[in-house]
Amino acid sequence: MDFLTINHIHHTYFTKSSATTALSDITLDVQEGEFISFLGPSGCGKTTLLSIVAGLIKPTEGKVELENRPIGDGDNKIGYMLQQDYLFPWKTIEENITLGLKMNQVLNDKTRSEALSLLHQMGLKGVESKLPRHLSGGMRQRVALVRTLATEPKLLMLDEPFSALDYQTKLKLEDLVSNTLKQFGKTAILVTHDIGEAIAMSDRIFLFSPQPGRLHKTFTIPEELRNLTPFKARNHRRFAELFQMIWKELEQLEEPEKY
Amino acid sequence: MKNQKSIELLHQDYLKTLINKKRWIRFYQLVIFLLFFSSWELASQKDWIDQLIFSSPSKIWNLFIQKMNDGSLAMNVGVTLTETVVGFILGTFLGTLLAAILWWSPLLSDILDPYLVILNAMPKVALGPILIVALGPGFTSIIAMGAIISIIITTIVVYTSFKEVDPNYVTVLKTFGATRVQCFREAILPASFPTIISTLKVNVGLSWVGVIVGEFLVSAKGLGYMIIYGFQVFNFTLVMLSLLLIAVLATIMYQAVDLLEKKLIKNG
Repeated sequence: MDFLTINHIHHTYFTKSSATTALSDITLDVQEGEFISFLGPSGCGKTTLLSIVAGLIKPTEGKVELENRPIGDGDNKIGYMLQQDYLFPWKTIEENITLGLKMNQVLNDKTRSEALSLLHQMGLKGVESKLPRHLSGGMRQRVALVRTLATEPKLLMLDEPFSALDYQTKLKLEDLVSNTLKQFGKTAILVTHDIGEAIAMSDRIFLFSPQPGRLHKTFTIPEELRNLTPFKARNHRRFAELFQMIWKELEQLEEPEKY
Repeated sequence: MKNQKSIELLHQDYLKTLINKKRWIRFYQLVIFLLFFSSWELASQKDWIDQLIFSSPSKIWNLFIQKMNDGSLAMNVGVTLTETVVGFILGTFLGTLLAAILWWSPLLSDILDPYLVILNAMPKVALGPILIVALGPGFTSIIAMGAIISIIITTIVVYTSFKEVDPNYVTVLKTFGATRVQCFREAILPASFPTIISTLKVNVGLSWVGVIVGEFLVSAKGLGYMIIYGFQVFNFTLVMLSLLLIAVLATIMYQAVDLLEKKLIKNG
């Protein structure tokens, strides 16, 4: 049984002057505990698809099911992490990480201390009463991850969560996120335009072509890369091979369409 | 070691120049103040200006003491101050409330848009006579004047700031399944807090206009009444006294809001 099924999704954005088709006939499924990536150039509808899966927008056509139930029926099994941390600047770190619990009205001493211990696991101690602006970019993104994980989502969606960070921080966070998700057995979808990041972190990569967004190709990452941490995977021989392969596919996509 | 010492000395020098600069600024501010009042007094004594129209600082001071002693000044100042404070708090509160309603219903905000433009363009003090007829010539209609003058502009400014809140904060809340009320309370309102405080600052000034005009019209109590009364009986010492008091009180109120702003923003 598939954990998440995305079935014939079409999505069109309407404006006064135009109708733009962002996604066209997307069908894919994700197994429980799997880490998958949506890879593609900008304008291929990756983020749109993520928003649809999150239930933030309704697709023009098609349906998404999580554990055989349509998404968006308000039981909040989905966590969403954005490109920037979007921590609330007027809330302390503790108030920020317990925000999801508060929204779901499940904030009590137990869930609060769980969230705080998760924060400690991420290597953030003694920051509970600080404000987000006192923390560095990498620390803030870790806090955002804690905030997302605190509500114990079954499916985690990461929308280019490392793109706003410097390279070193990004590599470290990739390892941390990958290890944390494996440890908790979470299913995750990562949106990225960074080929290396997609290979290093995922089990499968879905390559999208732009205008309109279509599923172009699926790559399965070999076992030997999957079992390594993202940082080690980057140094593996097979990594470079895969990188070249995906790179060529992407280059082809950029050529003008011939039909 | 030696290096550090010299840096410390340089820093002390720098602090000294800062203090010196501040002292000079305060000095010149004081000079302007004294020069203004002493030349006013002198010109009045030497009959270079008409005493009947421009009065003089000493006369104003004497009147101030006299009015303080018979208690009428405290009463009038109290009335005006209450009206202004209530007026501007009411104006800011109702304006923010209206903005929240508009945010809640985008359709309503589209429908009401032209009416907001008209109400904003309209000089609110022109509504004075109608307010007095409707609410009676007293406290209520003057407070209404103080409030009405700032409601619409507050609504427009605060509503704009509600709309400009980064939608991703709302997205974060929505992924947690937050309701629209929760989105407003957790993201929209606190993010707009600095704007609301700064409209408070503008509204202090506006409410003084509303209240003084209201008192002109009602002519029963307050500093506005003292100005109109002094004007009618040609007692310009009374007019000047009221003006000076308004200047002092309005400044104090503005500074209080400024202090409040600094305190709240520091926490936020």
